[in-house]
Amino acid sequence: MSKRLVAFDNIGIAFDGRVLLENIDMTISEGEIVTLIGPNGSGKSTLIRTLLGLQEATSGEVVRHKTLRIGYMPQKLHIDPTLPLTVKHFLALVRGVDKQQILPTLEKLGIAHLLQSQVHVLSGGETQRVLLARALLNRPNLLVLDEPVQGVDVNGQVELYNLIEGIRNELNCGVLMVSHDLHLVMAKTDTVVCINQHVCCSGSPQHVTGHPAYQALFGVPGADESIAIYAHQHDHVHDEHGSILSDDGDAHAHCKHH
Amino acid sequence: MLDLLLRALFGGLGVAAVAGPLGAFVVWRRMAYFGDTLAHSALLGVALGFLLDINLNLAIIVLCVGLALVLVTLQKKHIIATDTLLGILAHSALSLGLVAVSFLDNIRIDLMAYLFGDLLAINQADVYWIYGGGLAVIALLVAFWKPLLAVTVNEELAKVEGYPVEAIRLLLMLLVALVIAVAMKIVGVLLITSLMIIPAATARKLSKTPVQMASFASMIGCLSVCGGLWASYRWDTPTGPSVVVCAALLFLVAYTLPFKRLR
Repeated sequence: MSKRLVAFDNIGIAFDGRVLLENIDMTISEGEIVTLIGPNGSGKSTLIRTLLGLQEATSGEVVRHKTLRIGYMPQKLHIDPTLPLTVKHFLALVRGVDKQQILPTLEKLGIAHLLQSQVHVLSGGETQRVLLARALLNRPNLLVLDEPVQGVDVNGQVELYNLIEGIRNELNCGVLMVSHDLHLVMAKTDTVVCINQHVCCSGSPQHVTGHPAYQALFGVPGADESIAIYAHQHDHVHDEHGSILSDDGDAHAHCKHH
Repeated sequence: MLDLLLRALFGGLGVAAVAGPLGAFVVWRRMAYFGDTLAHSALLGVALGFLLDINLNLAIIVLCVGLALVLVTLQKKHIIATDTLLGILAHSALSLGLVAVSFLDNIRIDLMAYLFGDLLAINQADVYWIYGGGLAVIALLVAFWKPLLAVTVNEELAKVEGYPVEAIRLLLMLLVALVIAVAMKIVGVLLITSLMIIPAATARKLSKTPVQMASFASMIGCLSVCGGLWASYRWDTPTGPSVVVCAALLFLVAYTLPFKRLR
């Protein structure tokens, strides 16, 4: 059985009395790809930050395996323009990095030519890959990717997803990914978890390869194998404040994992 | 006379060499106003040093570090915008220092020297302080260069990778406080920040790595000290401001002449 890397045990987070997250139970194991989806302000980033130790949980506990080593790829990279920095120097900042690994890692991600480039001149897609390289150089057994395909076109998304899958297969690491899209997720995802303050639903994405509507939308070679449509199966609805609207008034009775 | 000038040059070069790399961090982390606040409080340190009869440099360092800690604590509480907070603290500390100095009836303090610096008034003990403190700063910078830079580039990534982010931030403040204490005699509390940030900003134009920028900043600072001292000797201008004017001229030259911008 594969090792369980992280378990969120009934995590709740509140800010000034405002509830951001409640009753979050979720696990990530070695070799597993978990995609976290949810609307804006649903608490995805907060949950990730809790895992990373950047945010304290108000209640509950994040149980980390003693071997857990996280490679984190943030959503964006802002580096002050007054700081001259090449990709090589940026990657050499990884704590305890083996500098011999920098070039091979870049080669694996297809960006070896960027080694001497300044980080300020990278395009969106190049920046994502450099950030992925930094995450990998930390020798992780869990990759945490915050919206890895944000601002990348569909072709680029397919490439990135293929890269991530390749990395998972090679390292047998767990992958926790936040997706900005509610319906399109990486097809190789083992589990999709949809949260909106609490876990709304979770399950495996349906494979829709060959569906005419899908192909009409993404008639890109290879696209049909890397991106899948996730059909939500909610048994409740949220009002505009994110609170659960429920007939019987016992909303959380419905919030079980599917 | 030559002795005096040589000692001034020696002291000034020591200060500029240290102020350069630290100035780079001040520029990268946008701490210029923070540095100003600490510098302005240094005068209060001087007054307290006289009142309590302790070593002035030590009093300045202790006060600067104390103020930095107060600042960080207040900043975390989000009571008021950071720039407003800095403005309040900077000028309160400066005014408090001026008021405190006025109570020192029996001691004559050359206020101008503390506000604008007097390079020609440094004595042998000051030179020891400059080189002792300066070497300590450089040693710490070299030893902690990678964590300092990692935290400056991206605090969250650094934290996830296991760098002690809070401790490193504190170290940087300590270093700024040390440099201020050491540099104060040379350019005075009102001009210290300029000696840190102007050479660093000039060096930005010429550098493509952080190490380059830090070392160029040192060299440009040293050039400014030489130029300022020479001008001061030649035209009898105040030394501190002359050094800053010289640094500003170098900045102008670097950004107006069509140097190839390194990327």
